[in-house]
Amino acid sequence: MGPIVETEFTPWASLFGGVLIGLSAVLVMLAFGRIAGIVGITSGALSRLTSGQTTTQDWAWRVAFVLGLIAAPLLMQGIGQTVTQTVPSNLLGMVAAGLIVGVGTAMGSGCTSGHGVCGLARLSPRSLAAVLTFMATAGITVYVLRHVIGV
Amino acid sequence: MRIILGFLCGLIFGVGLVISGMSDPAKVLNFLDVAGNWDPSLAFVMGGASVTAYIGYRLVWKRPAPLVMADFDIPKSTAIDRPLLTGAALFGIGWGIGGFCPGPAWTALPLMAPGTLAFVPAMLVGIVIGGPLKAKLS
Repeated sequence: MGPIVETEFTPWASLFGGVLIGLSAVLVMLAFGRIAGIVGITSGALSRLTSGQTTTQDWAWRVAFVLGLIAAPLLMQGIGQTVTQTVPSNLLGMVAAGLIVGVGTAMGSGCTSGHGVCGLARLSPRSLAAVLTFMATAGITVYVLRHVIGV
Repeated sequence: MRIILGFLCGLIFGVGLVISGMSDPAKVLNFLDVAGNWDPSLAFVMGGASVTAYIGYRLVWKRPAPLVMADFDIPKSTAIDRPLLTGAALFGIGWGIGGFCPGPAWTALPLMAPGTLAFVPAMLVGIVIGGPLKAKLS
């Protein structure tokens, strides 16, 4: 999936960013009484196009949330921060990855945020089972791709 | 009001993803690569986010209702069932290939890397077809 790029260990930046993510999850609970799971929010935002089974008030905030996510790196660049990012360049691989992530998170009712952050914060055994499962298969996948096949 | 609050929450979440390094697939893949050049940073993201949410949720739940919706709507399902585990296993495979989970994929969109532009539409298609598949499996 492209050359391996070395990254620096950044415990403080990562901890601070994590606290911001947690804060956003708390604000979503305070304002909307909902879990800040990105897949749940995304599929809620898409529901107008697919099933139309949602109320306007439960739909608009989800679309706005997604727009906020998209605006974030632009804000960071606007205040003079560099946004470092290396995205794998194998486009066929990325289409496959996107499709699998979409199907998997919709089927498993959550992703890194819904099960990871929010589910663990609720001490949900269901979310813990999901987190352990996706961490394991993600680790195995990277191991196989990098160390067995070597792509 | 809902729209402004929704946007602000998304913005804070996205800035958190960028600052933490979670929005960089190279960093995610190095976190998952325990046998290689392991970068444990993302454990700090998960730790910081979960602990903050754990404390914050408990404060928020003292209120009778959220600010701009009628009631709290928290998942009630507790079953560790086939759709959950199959879905989570699949998600991990896709995450390990691309280095993107859904939130970081959205924040990567305006930077318009070719890999992102391939990933995001495919993810949205996947989310739309994954819903009915969940119902079939359970």
